[in-house]
Amino acid sequence: MNALFTLPFTAICRADHDRVGGKCASLGEMTQAGVAVPPGFAVTTDAFAAMLDNHGLREEIARALSRVDPEDFDAVDRAAQAIRIRIRSHRMPADVEAAIRDAYAAMCEEMGAEMPVAVRSSATAEDMPDASFAGQQDTYLWVIGADAVVEKVRDCWASLYTTRAVAYREKQKIAHGDVLMSVAVQKMVNARAAGVAMSLDPNTGDRTRIVIDASWGLGEMVVSGVVTPDNYSVEKVLGEIIDRKISDKHVELVGDPERGEAVEREVDEDRRKTPCLADDEVKAIAQLAKLLERQNKCPQDVEWAIDADLPAGQNLLALQSRPETIWSQKAKEKPKNPYATGMAGIVHTLNNPFGAKQTKAAS
Amino acid sequence: MDAQKMLFPSPYDAATPAGAEGWEDLYPYYVKFQPSRRMEEESKFWFCDSQHWPTPFRPFDMSMVEFATKCLGQYNTRHLLVPPANGIDYRVLNGYVYFSPIAVGPSEIEARVPQFMERAGHYFANWDEMLENWHKKVDQKIAELNALEFNELPDVVPLEWITSGKGLDNTTDLIDSYDRAIELIYKVWQYHFEFLNLGYAAYLDFFGFMKATFPSIPDQAIAKMVQGQDSVLFRPDDEIKKLAKLAVELGVADALRTGTVDEALAATAKAPNGQQWVDAWEAAKDPWFNFTSGNGMYSTDKYWIDHLDIPMTYLRDYIERLEEGDEIMRPTERLIAERDRITAEYREMMDEEAQAIFDGKLGLSRVVFPYVEDHNFYIEHWSVGIFWRKMRSLSELLMRQGFWDRPDGMFFLNRNEVRDVLFDYSSAWGTGGRAQGTDIWPAEVERRRAIMEALGKESPIPALNNPPEVITEPFTIMLFGVTNDSIQSWLGQDDDDSKITGMAGSPGVVEGIARVLRSPDQLGELQKGEILVTPVTAPSWAPVFGKIGAAVTDIGGMMSHAAIVCREYALPAVTGTGNASSRIKTGMRLRVDGNAGTVEILD
Repeated sequence: MNALFTLPFTAICRADHDRVGGKCASLGEMTQAGVAVPPGFAVTTDAFAAMLDNHGLREEIARALSRVDPEDFDAVDRAAQAIRIRIRSHRMPADVEAAIRDAYAAMCEEMGAEMPVAVRSSATAEDMPDASFAGQQDTYLWVIGADAVVEKVRDCWASLYTTRAVAYREKQKIAHGDVLMSVAVQKMVNARAAGVAMSLDPNTGDRTRIVIDASWGLGEMVVSGVVTPDNYSVEKVLGEIIDRKISDKHVELVGDPERGEAVEREVDEDRRKTPCLADDEVKAIAQLAKLLERQNKCPQDVEWAIDADLPAGQNLLALQSRPETIWSQKAKEKPKNPYATGMAGIVHTLNNPFGAKQTKAAS
Repeated sequence: MDAQKMLFPSPYDAATPAGAEGWEDLYPYYVKFQPSRRMEEESKFWFCDSQHWPTPFRPFDMSMVEFATKCLGQYNTRHLLVPPANGIDYRVLNGYVYFSPIAVGPSEIEARVPQFMERAGHYFANWDEMLENWHKKVDQKIAELNALEFNELPDVVPLEWITSGKGLDNTTDLIDSYDRAIELIYKVWQYHFEFLNLGYAAYLDFFGFMKATFPSIPDQAIAKMVQGQDSVLFRPDDEIKKLAKLAVELGVADALRTGTVDEALAATAKAPNGQQWVDAWEAAKDPWFNFTSGNGMYSTDKYWIDHLDIPMTYLRDYIERLEEGDEIMRPTERLIAERDRITAEYREMMDEEAQAIFDGKLGLSRVVFPYVEDHNFYIEHWSVGIFWRKMRSLSELLMRQGFWDRPDGMFFLNRNEVRDVLFDYSSAWGTGGRAQGTDIWPAEVERRRAIMEALGKESPIPALNNPPEVITEPFTIMLFGVTNDSIQSWLGQDDDDSKITGMAGSPGVVEGIARVLRSPDQLGELQKGEILVTPVTAPSWAPVFGKIGAAVTDIGGMMSHAAIVCREYALPAVTGTGNASSRIKTGMRLRVDGNAGTVEILD
């Protein structure tokens, strides 16, 4: 295997982070830490760089963008589209393609068949605590066969130049050339249910809560907001479910092995309004989010799935974990009056008992 | 809303239950609503303390209410000068006790602060020493109570009293012993409250800090950080568990399995190694079987040491579980590890400044809070248990003199009437005549007994008059779980037939079949996995918590017994539902959500 262009998740270490992007780094770290992650490999930024250099694409891209007024959306859109077409119109360098095919073949050998995989973008500037690139680049699900994998890797590279991504970098004054793309190729999860878990309450920033959104099928429907997911709130320390809202989950994204892609379909009437997770699963997801927060030492935004093919207890898989970006940047509000200590604290408490405050606030 | 319309009934409009006419005469004037004070009494909010006192009080038992409530107040009002709170006013209506906290006038609060700080501060600063001294005082009172004896007056004064020139007769000892018993129990009730509100105050302070730091932290998480693992309240149950283990180890389980307590003990003593087990049983009895299935407030409360069949039933149950391979001992180490984990994880989520405050407040709470759980054993279980035993022997003595026909007759008289009876007896003895009371009391006791039965058939009205806009009295909130929210739930209790709300007492969700218990005598009916539904639980019910799936109570907060024990056994509990035990029937399927504090009747 060519360790320059591909790295299995089991081999990614800290030194590789710049070469594999945020998503692959997190998958690698989770794998190393013993978190159940669908197996796979990263196509490194070196592969992307080889592609750019091999075809003189760097200069071409720089030229195309230097002529564009960042305020002119249509112009940006036209330039971005042209760049994507240019990237897609070139073959990969032979050694890069061979490395990807080898790595995919190794995965298939282990599993014993042509394996459906997810091909996911993992940009190097993605998932930095101060910049939210999430969802700007492409992901392809249920990709089968080496040819398709190679094609989708190239499509992921191209998606570094979506209009949105270009405009975002312009606005954040990030040099386009500084951002490279790694790609994750990962065993496709056969998700019975999937979604997102935040290791704090995204509405309030409350760090004692883990909030879980979950729906049937793959998690993309949750992330993109196409379905209203079931929503659970779990107390982080006690691990107990504090609140649950069960929604009408009308569509799901599921793999179609015949067509070799993920397809959207209506959820049967009897499943739509039933919880997509058992309580034990909710608790397990919360435990996973908590573990990842501990490992990464900051609140996390975790994508997870319950695999329909794996036995209960081993079927929860982490697909991604990244630092939560909104609340982590807010300075913690200090209470106006610092809490009194000692006897003064007790006097204060007796004069202003908690239950009374609570009721006053409510009325 | 019509300003005149009360949310809850006025005590003056409360109907007397059929057959209970004249109940007012059973209680002293100072515990009754006075028509001449109607305006004042209707302007106050009263709530029924059915958490501590779920059934109507017999006249004699009312002394315990009077002593307890008076002594509770004295520490706030006269000893410590708790800035915002005096004691709690109390009244009796249809045999049930109603409370109304007495606030301190806003202008006086400030002036009490320095005095409170000095006085309460002294206790906090010298806690261990002061508590050691408390134990000495209580031990001494227990010894004195134990030494009291009530014997028939002899036909003649002993000859030595003549020769020694004593100059007194046996009636003085009889009356002195009675007065002494009342005096001792009155003092014991004072000791009961000496540290109690300080324990609560420190806990409330920690609680408030945690809520300010983590607004959505569950109450039970805060409770878990403070709760002691070695409360003496666990000890009686632990003793039974140890005895069960010993029985299995010594191979005497079969001898213990059947028959009355005496029969089982006799059979065991005959078995090889059996005497060793019987000795262990005898050693555990005093003090650990001074433990009641009730709450110590009623002469009818059954104490293990007087009803050895109660611990024997538990023992047999534990033996059975041991033989099935269950681990019955409390997993103390695991509980401590869990407490430490919870504490550390919340602490981790704070900044350094908050951590320092957290350490201080948690530290104080952990020093002082154990008293809140422990005192119960020394007072309600041990001291009061002896008091009732002595009073029962006096009642039986007076029954033999013809003052009533049944052993418990005395408890239908108030404590001052009993003193009159003692003098009547003494006087008749002294004069050689016949006691007047033997013609009056037998019928009067039976009349009162009928009144008590009629009162007991009616559930108490949860509260009287209009609640204040905001409940601010700290101890009302803590001790009784009375908040504006709980009052609202009493009022809106019939809104939804299938959903009952209460406090989230212990986390977890369980579905199961309800078993409604109104009295500890029914504990034997509980089947494994059932959901216990009851007005209130008591510490001596601990052995049944190993069997049940969840607990639901009518009254009680986060620190109620049911909540504490359920947290320990990792069972869901919903407390303070107001009326779950009357709305739920045995056999109903329930879903108990100890996180949300709700109980759903599934069918």
